[in-house]
Amino acid sequence: MAIRDRLSGNEAVAVAMKQVNPDVVAAFPITPSTEIPQYFSSFVADGKVDTEFVPVESEHSAMSACIGAQAAGARTMTATSANGLALMWEMLYIAASCKLPIALSVVNRALSGPINIHNDHSDSMGARDSGWVQLYGETNQEAYDNLIQAVKIGEHPDVLLPVMNCYDGFITSHAVENIELIEDEKVKAFVGDYKPEHYLNDKENPIAVGPLDLQNHYFEHKRQQAESMMKAKKVILEVAEEFEKLTGRKYGLFEEYKMEDAEVAIVVINSTAGTAKYVVDQLREKGVKAGLIKIRVYRPFPVDEITAALSKCKAIAVMDKADSFNAAGGPLFTDITSALYGRVDGIKVINYIYGLGGRDVRTDDIAFVYDALLEIVKTGEIKSVYNYLGVRE
Amino acid sequence: MSKVVEIRWHGRGGQGAKTASLLLADAAFNTGKYIQGFPEYGPERMGAPITAYNRISDERVTVHSNIYEPNYVVVVDETLIGSVDVTAGLQENGAIIVNTQKSPEQIREKLNGYQGKICTVDARTISIDALGKYFPNTPMLAAVVKVSRIMDENAFVKDMEESFAHKFASKPQVIEGNMQALKRALTEVKGL
Repeated sequence: MAIRDRLSGNEAVAVAMKQVNPDVVAAFPITPSTEIPQYFSSFVADGKVDTEFVPVESEHSAMSACIGAQAAGARTMTATSANGLALMWEMLYIAASCKLPIALSVVNRALSGPINIHNDHSDSMGARDSGWVQLYGETNQEAYDNLIQAVKIGEHPDVLLPVMNCYDGFITSHAVENIELIEDEKVKAFVGDYKPEHYLNDKENPIAVGPLDLQNHYFEHKRQQAESMMKAKKVILEVAEEFEKLTGRKYGLFEEYKMEDAEVAIVVINSTAGTAKYVVDQLREKGVKAGLIKIRVYRPFPVDEITAALSKCKAIAVMDKADSFNAAGGPLFTDITSALYGRVDGIKVINYIYGLGGRDVRTDDIAFVYDALLEIVKTGEIKSVYNYLGVRE
Repeated sequence: MSKVVEIRWHGRGGQGAKTASLLLADAAFNTGKYIQGFPEYGPERMGAPITAYNRISDERVTVHSNIYEPNYVVVVDETLIGSVDVTAGLQENGAIIVNTQKSPEQIREKLNGYQGKICTVDARTISIDALGKYFPNTPMLAAVVKVSRIMDENAFVKDMEESFAHKFASKPQVIEGNMQALKRALTEVKGL
């Protein structure tokens, strides 16, 4: 039986970490990190986990320590947010290229400047090409479930990549909501023991990690890294299937909400999807064929699957809670439009940058976007592709 | 959204409005409801105006915005009235609950023509009598349960007893005072 509880997103993620009981957690324990290391360090102090907790002096060191620990053969986790993730940047690429399945919870918050602590996706979106698998979750439940699955996805021999478990700062991280927890022993059985094939502490089979790799081999290694990302999609779905057997909760590469006959749809990430579902329900009551796609797996990007899901729509709005400052469109918009290109023709696609720095996203904002899509369907014209929602200008 | 009860809390940093919103969420959760409890974070300073929110429903609530048209507003510190628009969006068939020694009629004069129900409770006196200190959140929590009827009063009292026992495990001497404050507030809400 699942355990009915109510927790904030950060509490839920800390509980998932406790249940996984990793060998090492290295984290910078104060702002700009999150409450997660704080909660987790109390589990360590109370003897509820066997984890070696390494309180480091910066996020760069946090990721460095995670890399060292995971390379040595330890199951390793950490958590951060916003500028903390930015300070990890250099080491994110090294974790991925060393094929180290570290699990990192990213509480999505705006990058300064100007100085801001609230939610948007500018932190993890900037890390989208660092070689990490990126999972995104709408609720505390999904953040909890995704972290448990992240361990199994990253450690799969076909993948061996680090995984980010991303969810919205404050909106999800600090809001208390209902959640169903899985029993400790079931989580332990689900993730199993960590048995790396190659690791530094294996003295019978010595290896080098992170050596110089110049013109003769670097490219081959990057090609292999890319191959791991290509294989990750299948593994993510297999892990989701196994997770569904355990919990009844179904996960895919993305969630389709009322998409069967949808003519207008928005594509969105994280908590705003919940707000938008309410709007979709209202529109459906009025007979409007509205639907929604919520991205769960952003890296690898599910190009074929998402194209198939959107192929019958007439107009789509892609919602980005981060700007690319490329004068052309946000990161998700760029990925969606390039996925559609050459696969399906004739769908009108527009982009909205929204909610930067924690600007509240109301149901009225989402209704405005669907209205804009309906107008495009009616007139056949797009007045503006690259737009900002809910900003004074 | 008609089945969802939405509550907005106004207080000042340090008075426990956020904690009260989380305690209310807890109590409602324990009666089987789906809940949301979340503060609106700003610069965190003692005494600065803060806002916290609750959604309470029989079904899962997916909306994750702030609350703009609440059913109930709780004002933990009456000095906020005037500088914060506490009745903004408040539904006329709902109610505002103010911590004050004044009567509902006296408070109405200050509320920009709000036509709905105005309830008052003297959380300061109750808290000082029961706890010897000014912690308005426990009496205000009881008042919002009384006014909104989101749960059975007896079930609420019983649940809070357990909740305080857990929360104050390291200082059990304050449990009785908090329970007294809670029970007294349930009987002293004016304007019902």
